[in-house]
Amino acid sequence: MDAKDRQIINALQGGFPVSETPFAEAAARLHMTEDDLIARLRRLCDEGHLSRFGPMYNAERLGGAVTLAALAVPDERIEAVAAQVNAHPEIAHNYARAHDFSMWFVVAAEQPEQIPAVLADIAAETGLPVYDMPKLEEYYVGLRFEL
Amino acid sequence: MTGSRDQGPLDATDRRLVVATQDGLPLCPRPYHALAEALGLPPEEVMARLRRMLETGIIRRIGAVPNHYRLGFRANGMSVWDVADAAVGELGPRIGALDFVSHCYRRPRHLPVWPYNLFAMVHGRSRAEVEEKVGEIAQLLGPAARAHDVLYSTRLLKKTGLRLVA
Repeated sequence: MDAKDRQIINALQGGFPVSETPFAEAAARLHMTEDDLIARLRRLCDEGHLSRFGPMYNAERLGGAVTLAALAVPDERIEAVAAQVNAHPEIAHNYARAHDFSMWFVVAAEQPEQIPAVLADIAAETGLPVYDMPKLEEYYVGLRFEL
Repeated sequence: MTGSRDQGPLDATDRRLVVATQDGLPLCPRPYHALAEALGLPPEEVMARLRRMLETGIIRRIGAVPNHYRLGFRANGMSVWDVADAAVGELGPRIGALDFVSHCYRRPRHLPVWPYNLFAMVHGRSRAEVEEKVGEIAQLLGPAARAHDVLYSTRLLKKTGLRLVA
C-alpha cells in the first residue's frame, strides 16, 4: 500500500456516485485517472485490504432483524460451544473476547421471529444462559479509518 | 430488535439488486450499466433503485469497505459503559461522533451480572492505542459513567454477515 492507496481508502468509505461513470468522477476528485483508480481498487480487494467495494446494506432495513448476544463460556468449552453456535446459519459474526462474557455473536435473520428461536436453541444446546442485547438506540455505525 | 418496516419489504427487483451487489460492485468504468446488463434491467432503473435505497437508509453508503484487521488495526476493544439512563440519550451521540468509534449503541443491562448499557467499539493498532481512546471516552462521559470495561477480541470465530439468497 502506498500513499495513494491510503488516500483512496480514506476518501472513498462512502459517497461513491450513482452515475454513468462513477469511477471517473471519483478519480477526478482524487486527482488520478479512472484506470488507475479501478486498478488500485481491484488490487486492494484482491489483497484483502478492502473486504469489498460497493454498497453497505443495513440488515434491518432489508426487512430482517439483528441482535447481539453474549455467553459466559468456560475456557475449556470455547471450541465446542463455538461449533454449536456457529452451526446456526443465522450467526453472522462470532468473536471470542477476553472476559467472563467470553463469546459475543450477532444473529441476523430475514424473519424477525427467527431470532428468539435461535437464541432459545443455543441456550438449550449449550446449557448456558444466553444474554440477548439487542440495540435499543443506534448512535453511530460506520468505519472511518484514517490511515 | 425488530427491523424497521416503514419502507415495506424489498420488491423482487430490489432483492435481485441486493443479491447482485452485496459482494461488491463490478470494478469497471460503468459498473451500474454492467449490473443492469447482468440483471436484464435498464441502467436508469438500476441507478434509480440504488438512489432510493440510499435515501431510505437501506444502503448505508456506497464505497470502500475496509478490512480493519488487514489494515493494521489489530486491537479491537468493545468498550461498555454504565451510563445513567437520563444521560445516555444525550451522551451516546457524542460518543458515536468520535472518529475512532466505529459502532455505538445503547443496549439493555442484565442486572446484576451486566450493568452496561452503552457500547462503543474502538479500533486501534495496539491495545495501548485503544486504552488511550477509551480514556478519551471516559473523559467525555465524566461522572455520568458509573463503571466501564473493555472487552478485547481474542479470536474471530465466524464472520459471514447477513446474506440474502437469490
